[in-house]
Amino acid sequence: MSSGAFLTEHPAKVTGWRLFLKTVIARAYPRVIGQQRERSWMFFDIVLPLGGVIAYVLVYKAIGAPAEYVGFVVMGGAMTAFWMNVLWSMSSQLYWEKEQGNLALYIMSPNSMMAVLLGMALGGMLATLLRAIAIVLLGSLMFQVQYAVANFFQLLAVFILAMAALYGMGMMTASLFLLLGREAWHLSNLAQEPIYLATGFYFPIKSLPFWVALGASIIPLTLGMDAMRQLVFPSGFKIGFLSVGVELSVLLALCVVFLVGAKLLLAHMEKLAIREGRLTESRR
Amino acid sequence: MAVTTPHSSLVTRHSSPVTLFTESWRSFRLATWLGWQIESNWADPFLFAIYSIIKPLSGAAILVVMYGIIAKGNFTNPLFPYIYLGNAFYIYAGAMMTGVSWAVIDDREHYKTLKYMYIAPIRIPIYLLGRGVARFITGSFSVIITIMGGVLFLHLPLDVAAANWPLFFLSLFIGVVMLAMMGLLLGSISLLLVHHVGFIGDAVAGALYIFSGAIFPLDVLPAWLRPIGFIMPITYWLELVRRSLIGNVAQAFPTLAGFSNGQLLGILLVLSLLFGVAALIAFRLCDRRARERGLIDRTSNY
Repeated sequence: MSSGAFLTEHPAKVTGWRLFLKTVIARAYPRVIGQQRERSWMFFDIVLPLGGVIAYVLVYKAIGAPAEYVGFVVMGGAMTAFWMNVLWSMSSQLYWEKEQGNLALYIMSPNSMMAVLLGMALGGMLATLLRAIAIVLLGSLMFQVQYAVANFFQLLAVFILAMAALYGMGMMTASLFLLLGREAWHLSNLAQEPIYLATGFYFPIKSLPFWVALGASIIPLTLGMDAMRQLVFPSGFKIGFLSVGVELSVLLALCVVFLVGAKLLLAHMEKLAIREGRLTESRR
Repeated sequence: MAVTTPHSSLVTRHSSPVTLFTESWRSFRLATWLGWQIESNWADPFLFAIYSIIKPLSGAAILVVMYGIIAKGNFTNPLFPYIYLGNAFYIYAGAMMTGVSWAVIDDREHYKTLKYMYIAPIRIPIYLLGRGVARFITGSFSVIITIMGGVLFLHLPLDVAAANWPLFFLSLFIGVVMLAMMGLLLGSISLLLVHHVGFIGDAVAGALYIFSGAIFPLDVLPAWLRPIGFIMPITYWLELVRRSLIGNVAQAFPTLAGFSNGQLLGILLVLSLLFGVAALIAFRLCDRRARERGLIDRTSNY
């Protein structure tokens, strides 16, 4: 093949929103396809949260808790898959990319970093959704959880808004992690049990003192799970922290704040990282 | 790269017992120091202390809140100290199993130094056990603080004067060695697997959390699953630790009520020895396989 033929066969340069969209899809692709290729990840992603679910369900059974608490735990266990995904595959992703030497390539390539993060988020969300569904199905079958959806459209809206806000938060924190070295791994590791506690993964958030629950509401899963529990369990309305309508409004606000925050912080951190030469450093 | 240089264990096989001990001690001591540096030097001591404490305390607090909601704040039920102490001491299980097994992945894939360790005059199994000591130290802080929190704020019925300390320390010692050997078993398997088995320590510790009666009596499990708990030394270890600290409160649960402390110690000792031997055999087999297949310096790049 002559060089001339090569030039003529080369696709036209993509710019603008098309480039943005192509970048989103390109970055989402390995998240969806790559994660399915490594089947052992799928096993661990499902079995580890399911192990936690089983342990906490059996604790509730040992202390004679009402049946709906089993359902709360199953739902919480499924949502941990999203939290783990945001923590390890969103927030700390740019840190991993830096460690592997890919980050400088991302920055150099003529596309938007927001598109890269958005692709990561969408791909991760889709891949994790499959795992979360598996956890709900297995947990529900194992412990005969009863659901009674009060309002399907509200449930869908809560889930979509909670995911958008959660992954928006992941995009925002990804830029903060850009400045971290080895402590990134430790911080991600730290943000597990304390967050499970504060956001009420395994119990109704209303059980915590009001101000603690309110503070924890900055993490979208807190209100997302509370609203979903109110909507899918017959006695859910009794344990609601705020009304579903209020929780929907707060989730919407969190979406806007986190997505705008992600754009601003990313631009700032990118500049800072370039200025301080942190894009290629690897502090082991 | 297949490691073909003479292995230190082959060299020391012909050494005198004194040299063997000296070499093992040096491997253990230096691995302990290295493990501590890796675990702690990413942050200043204050931040590191907070990090070490918050995670386990939060884990305990989840159970406390769950229990508190259902029991309506009544922490005098014997089930509460059963759950609380089991969970507190189970911190050692996660710390030791993950600490020892993760060292293989950390050195091979992250620091890329496992190949150098292999050609250094050290004993690799001892080195791996030493790397777990740092997690034992941080785990101990967490266990102590969790228990102190329980005594001070949640009426955990622990009477320092009434506790059976000799039984406690003997059980603790056997248990920690047993957990370290289980970590070595997992570390041996990790030699043959790729990076994502970083989960292996967490996965096994998570599974045994269910089957060892750590946070609920084994009777809560379906009858067909209970035998798994009965063949695990952790079950007997946690029972002994509970009995040594809160005596009759722990003995009230029917699962192991038929066993005396001496019988439990005997079972723990025998099972620990079995796991220890299994770990050493597994290491020998996996180590040989990893050398033959050139896995010592593999980087899976995940």
